[in-house]
This record gives sequence, C-alpha cells and structure tokens, in this order.
Amino acid sequence: MTRRKSQPAIPATLRSEHELHRIAQTVLRLARARGIRETEVHLDEHIAALTRFANNTIHQHVAEQGLTVSIRTVVDSRTARVTTNRIDEDALRAALENSLSLAAQQPRDPHLLPLPEKQKYRAVHHFHPATAALSPEDRACAVKQACQLAGRQGQLAAGIFSSGRSQSMLVNSRGLSAAHRQTHATFSITMQQGAASSWAKGNAGDVRQFDPLALAKTASEKATRAQHPIELEPGRYTIILEPAAVLDLVGFLFYDFAATSVADKRSCFSGRLGTPLFGKNISISDDVYHPGQLGAPFDEEGMPRWRVHLVDRGVVKHLVYSRLSAKKARTSPTGHGLALPNEFGEAPMNLVVGGGNTSVEEMIAGTDRGLLVTRFWYIREVDPYEKIMTGMTRDGLFLVEKGKIVQSARNFRFNQSILEMLRNVESLGPARRATGEEGFEMVVPPMKVGHFHFSEVTKF
Amino acid sequence: MWDYCGHSLDTARLRGAIYADVRVMHLRQRDLTTKNGRVGTLSQSESLGLGIRVVANGAWGFASTDQLTRHGVAACAVQAVAIAKASALAKKENVQLAPEGVYVDSWQSPCRKDPFEIPLDTQVNLLLAADAALRKTKGVTLSETDMQFRKIDTWFASSSGSKIHQRRTISGCGIVATSFKGDAIQKRSYPNSFGGQHILGGYELIEAMDFLGHAPRVAEEAVALHSAPPCPQTVCTVILGGSQLGLQIHESIGHPIELDRVLGQEANFAGTSFLTLDKLHNLRYASPIVNVVADARIEHGPGLGSFAYDDEGVPAQRIDVIKDGEFHGYLSSRETAHLIGLPRSGGTVRTEGWNRLPMIRMTNVSILPGTWTFENLIADTDDAIFMDTNRSWSIDDRRYQFQFSTEIAWEIKGGKKTRMLKNPSYSGITTEFWNSCDAVCNADHWVLWGTPNCGKGQPMQIMGTGHGASPARFRNVKIGTAFSDQ
Repeated sequence: MTRRKSQPAIPATLRSEHELHRIAQTVLRLARARGIRETEVHLDEHIAALTRFANNTIHQHVAEQGLTVSIRTVVDSRTARVTTNRIDEDALRAALENSLSLAAQQPRDPHLLPLPEKQKYRAVHHFHPATAALSPEDRACAVKQACQLAGRQGQLAAGIFSSGRSQSMLVNSRGLSAAHRQTHATFSITMQQGAASSWAKGNAGDVRQFDPLALAKTASEKATRAQHPIELEPGRYTIILEPAAVLDLVGFLFYDFAATSVADKRSCFSGRLGTPLFGKNISISDDVYHPGQLGAPFDEEGMPRWRVHLVDRGVVKHLVYSRLSAKKARTSPTGHGLALPNEFGEAPMNLVVGGGNTSVEEMIAGTDRGLLVTRFWYIREVDPYEKIMTGMTRDGLFLVEKGKIVQSARNFRFNQSILEMLRNVESLGPARRATGEEGFEMVVPPMKVGHFHFSEVTKF
Repeated sequence: MWDYCGHSLDTARLRGAIYADVRVMHLRQRDLTTKNGRVGTLSQSESLGLGIRVVANGAWGFASTDQLTRHGVAACAVQAVAIAKASALAKKENVQLAPEGVYVDSWQSPCRKDPFEIPLDTQVNLLLAADAALRKTKGVTLSETDMQFRKIDTWFASSSGSKIHQRRTISGCGIVATSFKGDAIQKRSYPNSFGGQHILGGYELIEAMDFLGHAPRVAEEAVALHSAPPCPQTVCTVILGGSQLGLQIHESIGHPIELDRVLGQEANFAGTSFLTLDKLHNLRYASPIVNVVADARIEHGPGLGSFAYDDEGVPAQRIDVIKDGEFHGYLSSRETAHLIGLPRSGGTVRTEGWNRLPMIRMTNVSILPGTWTFENLIADTDDAIFMDTNRSWSIDDRRYQFQFSTEIAWEIKGGKKTRMLKNPSYSGITTEFWNSCDAVCNADHWVLWGTPNCGKGQPMQIMGTGHGASPARFRNVKIGTAFSDQ
C-alpha cells in the first residue's frame, strides 16, 4: 500500500502521558481539598477515523477525537462514578461534587473495598507508528484499489477501513498509577456478485499485519464461488468453521468465565467447574500478553492482568476475578475487574483458544460430506445454561463432498449448544488473531466440528 | 453553542464545502442498577461536542471534536472538508440532496417530572424495594432492577440557514427475577426484557410502572417455569404479546425498510434487505388487516423515535409503510429520497451523538391498532400458544428468516388461557408470517414500546426506536424449533 501525505487538521497525536497525569492530579488535588480520602480517576483518550464504502464508492468517511475523565469517590462505604469530557477545572470540580452527592444518597455497602495501592505491571507494546500515521488518503487509496478489483470482477464492494490510537490512564489517591496506549486498524470487505456474497476481514494493532487488497481478493474469489447456491435439508452436519466463525460463536462464553457470573448462578459453568465439559482437545486461556492480543496490562480497578488458564483439556479449571469476587472466593484477583461500581464484576477480554496443526485445506480434504462456514450472523442466546445459541450463516456457506468444495449452499439457521459443539471438535488448525462482526477480537483456530445442528434454511 | 455552529459552518464554506450541517450535542445520562439487594451501577455521565458533515468535491466528509473553542471547531471543519476531498478519490457520482425548507425553531419533548431533579435516594430506594420484593419468592436466585435516564440537547445548524434546538428526555426502567434450578435457568422480566420499558418522558414512567405490585408475580412466574412443560415443536396458531410484537416489527419490518440498507450501503455489517426497489407498491407484505406506519411526530406518542426534526433538519413525518397489507414506503434521507421518486426526505436521519455521522434510522415503526379486545381474541381462539416477553431474537441479513424465543407462554384451549409453557420459540419467513396475521387487538391494548439498543452503522451507533403494538394472532406458525433436536 502506498502512503500519501496529508495535512491533518486536528492534532494527530494523543496527549502526552505527562498531560494526562496533570489532569488526574488536578482531580486528586480538588478531592483532597474537599477532604475526600479515596478518589480514583480514569482517563480515556482516542483519535479514530473510518472510511466506509459500498457499491464500489466511499459513502461515509468520518473522524473523531475525544477525552473522557471518569471520577469515582469512596466515602463512608459508599461510591459512585461520574464521567465528563470537559476538562477545565470548574468542570472537574463539578464532576467530583456530583460523584460525592450520588455516593452519599445510597445505603452503605459493607462489601465495598478500599482503593488498591500502587501495583507493578508487565510491559506490553501495542502502539505502532505506522498505524498512527495512516491518513484519510491512505485509507481512500486502499479502498479505491478494492473497489476497482470489484469492478473488474463485476462485483460490488462494501466495507470499512478504520484506524486509530487510544490511551488510558488510571490513577488513584493511594498512589496507584497505570497507563497504556495502543493503535488499531481494521479492514473489512463484503463482495457481492448478484445474489451471492462473501466477506473477509483483518484487524491488528499494526496495520502492516494485513493487506487490504489481499483480503479483497479473498472475498472476491469466494463471492464468485458462492454463485448459484443449492438448498440443502436442515439437519446435523460436519462443519468446518473459519476462525471468524469460531470467534463469533465461542466468544459468547466470555462472561460465563467470570466468577461473579458463576456466583450469581447465571453462568453455564455454575455447578460444572472441574468436570469434563468439552473435548480434551479444547484449552482456553485469557492472555493479554499473547502476541495476537491488544489491550492494557491492567484492569479497570488498576490490578495487573494475569494470564489465566480457563479451560485445560476440556475441563473448566479457573475463572477470572475482580478484587471483590476474589475476596469472596478467598483467592487472588486476576486483573479482570470492570469499572466500579458495577453488578457484573469482571470479564475476560483477551481469550485465546488453543489450536492444532490441521489447516482448513486439510480439513476440507478429509471431509466426506460437510459444510464450510465463512462467518455467522446475528447470534443470540436461546438457553443460558446449555448455552444454546441461534444465528445464521452468512457470506459464504459451501458444501464439501469427498474432500472438495463442490457447491455453495443457501444460508442456514443454527440452534446449537456451544458446550456440545466443543465436545464434537474433530480437528483444530493453527490459532491466530481473528476478527468477526459479532464480538471482540480473539486468538482462535479454525475448527472441524461434527454433528452441528442447522434447524432451518433461508431463501438465499 | 450557536457561535460554534456558525464558525464551523463558515470555516467549512471557506475551505470549499458546498453544503454543511453541524450538530453541537450535550448528552447527560444516569444509570442505576441493583442486584440481590445491593446497588450495582451508580453512575452519571455527560458528553459535549460538535460534529460537522460537509459535501466537498461532490463527496461527504465528517469530523467531530470535543474541543469547543473557536480554534477547535474551525479545525474540525477543516478536517471534515479534507476528508470529503479524500472521499472524492473513490466517488462515482456527486452527492445529491433533496430540497428541504429552512427552519428556525426550538422544541422540548414532553417531560412531566425531570428525572435528574428527582433525589437519587428516592430512585435507589425504589429499586432496592423492588429488588427485595423479587427475592421474597423462594427459588429466585438472582434479582435485578434498573433505571436509566438521558437528557439530550442538540443544536443543529445548516449552511442553508436552519437553526434548530431540541431537548429530548428519555427514561427507562425494569425488573428481572432469575431462577436457577437443576439444569436450567429461567427468567421473567417486567415490563419488558433487556432493560424494561423506555419512553421519551420523565420520572412519571417509573411511577406508573408499579414495580412493587408486579414483583411478586414476576418472581413466581420465573420459579414456576421450571415445573412447566416445554413448548411443543409443531405448526400452530400463535398469539404474541404486545412487547414481543413490537420487536417482531422492529426486526422484520423496521430494518428491511431502511433505504440505505436496501441500496447496499450497510452490506458489510448490518446487511441488506429483501425489499428491493421493485417491491415498492408491488408487494403484499402482510394480510389486509395489517397497517404499519413510521411516525416520528409526537402525536404518535412519546416514543424513542419521536422528535420535532431529524438530524438533517427535516421535520418529523408520518410515513405509511404497510397500508392494508401492501408495501407502501421506505425510510429515507435527503440523499436517498430521489432514488425512490420522493420530492423530499422522509425525515428519518438520526445520530447517536455529536461524534457520529447521522444515518437512516427507524423512528416509531408501529402497527396501528385493530378491532379486537384481548379477552375476545382469546375467547375466539380454539387452540393456540400465547407467547410473551422476548428472550432471544435473530434474523438473517436480508431480513427474511427469523427466530424469536420468549420468556413464557401459555396454551390457549377452547377460548381460555390454560397451562404455562417454558422455553417457547417461533420462527418463519417475514412475508409469510405477516400474511398469516388475522387479528390485531385494539387501542386499549396498544403500547408504544421503546427499544433502546438498536445497533447499526460503522462505527456502531446505538439508537432508541419506538414500536407501537398490541397483541396479535398469527396462523400456521412454526414453533419450538429453537429447542428441537437438542
């Protein structure tokens, strides 16, 4: 991709860490002057832009920047959070007073913990200058190339090319100070050819880790292959899931791994910890330090994130904990707490599903009859304890017979328990950073799954 | 705020924009929740900023900023123009806007009791009391309540001369009882699931909900569901409760009629629509008793899709979507109106906030009341399943094939509501389903439901939409598929 020069009209750089720290210290000074002993300040800044295209032309092209300051006071076992994007001293003082007022108007919470003290964090490097330097012209040129490819193939391209940078800082009155900055870029493309379509997407902290034109070619070739789908009977099929399809489905388990969710008896793992639940080929961890992951090395309470081995060879072994849920369970917080006050506790946000050595091509070659799934769409939970999910296939469903893709197929609705699905995984490919449209990015492998339940077929 | 609007518009013009509109928005929000007798979320937020949309070199550009200074808004306008010129690198045609009048106006949504003026402890104590009432029933393992309030001020100005200020106050609330027993989790919500009811209005909504009166029933039903037989898998007559019908309208009528979706502009994310342009005035969408409108006027009710002007400065309108069963109209914008031969926009362009590009969104997409009382409808039905309160929803990316499940159902036998059923679900094809509708309840049962969480666009925008609905009956519906073969 050729890079073009442009003149950004809004400052193209994030504030310095020193500047963020100055804002945080202003809040802490105001709080001390008010006699508040425990105050937490969370700052989030982002600069982002997105080029959106459809029908082989750019139809939306946007940019934004913003900084929010979120203040939480703790007084007499009561707490409340107030967030503002106004950073003058009067506005910060007003937000602080607001937090105090809200906190005071509720009952004492005997479980409320004091703020944590200073912590140590492992370094992560998620800021890439090449991504930060991406200009509107850079994105527009890449989009133009994708649209020209579509035009040559008699197809219509639609999608996005986005890029941005962000930083967060968490400071509290007990001396805790944590800061993180990162970049991100996404290219997503749908190629439509008549009634058929296909899709490809890349996402990374470093924009050089994916090639928009290569993704466009992949989507284009699959859209050509998706022509003239046949209608198959609903039923149970062997399926080969590309990583995006695995991500969007398995990602729905994320909150079930929260200790608070298990304690509240709304997790599908309630009463099932330590028992074989999935196949022995399934291991899942939460690991912000994995090279395929992005994110801060601390949670929204300021605790360092741990790598947590959630599932070991089919058995749910560990959960993630906030400070409160850890105290209740007499264990240590794992650095997955959400911003307080909240009712959800914690959540893993950097899931890594262990992979294997079988490529998608090998899975296809080893399949007598099955379906290759590009992605899923509109996935919703039907049953929370059996973790039955429903949704549709989208943008490329292909019939595999005798080791070869022979035909595209009309999209199916599925009603499938994820627990059962992860017991029926026949082979796994290499795990890699994947991105879909339903959930957050994860590191997942492609999977070949037996007995997957498609319940109904749609008209295309 | 008008100074910031004017300065950014002037800057955009000087940099080469042939059209520009700008929104300064101040959004305030309060969120309260409780869980198992404790306060969960207690937070308040505000966000103030400016977003400007321009046409330059025949293409769109949009930029936003929270730096409300003359320099900040001018820089934002410069950036929007630069982005438009970059967009022009890959344009096929020049942007064309339908003509629209110039308006100078100010409007506030109805709000009898400002929720931000109600003492917080009054709100917290009510939620804690409802939370406690839910837990009085043995077998409830999780009690949850919530309130949410928003106040949104928008100052809109365009290079055509419009200057419009609107203030919309939004309130929402709900309670939920969950029961875990054996190998199942059952749940009941009131007055609706996923956050309850949401309207354009004030604290009067919360006072009208009578949480304490409803909590015992909600809790008892959640527990009783464990003992209920499962919904069968068959084809039969279904009666949908009003809130479930509201979501059915949202997914299988509201989204397919969005003209940007029809034109392929959402193909990569939200999807397209089976309602291709050839179907306008040429499709029997529903049975002749079905009439659906998209009505943003406050006369329709205090819905999440009610306003005086949309975010392009177009006055609120009522659009016939389905008239006597025939497909009659799309949701349109100034940019898309001419593509379906309309002289002006349908006034359905909305934005989540100052940092998001306005786009076609549902307003209040509602089925008009029919003639039946609910009691007469039940009495007239020999064999059916009555399903109420949504539990899950899913539809394909062209809005043909859908599946919904609800929290609870009851058998209707011989004109009477009989035993409770658990795990109900139904599925179908949009036009086949709507053509099977043979009864809609009357205005006494019609409620303008609020859907606060409609997602669309890239970057994603969450928008509130309204859906007026009363219970309705559908014949030959496939039920029970969600739990089949499990």
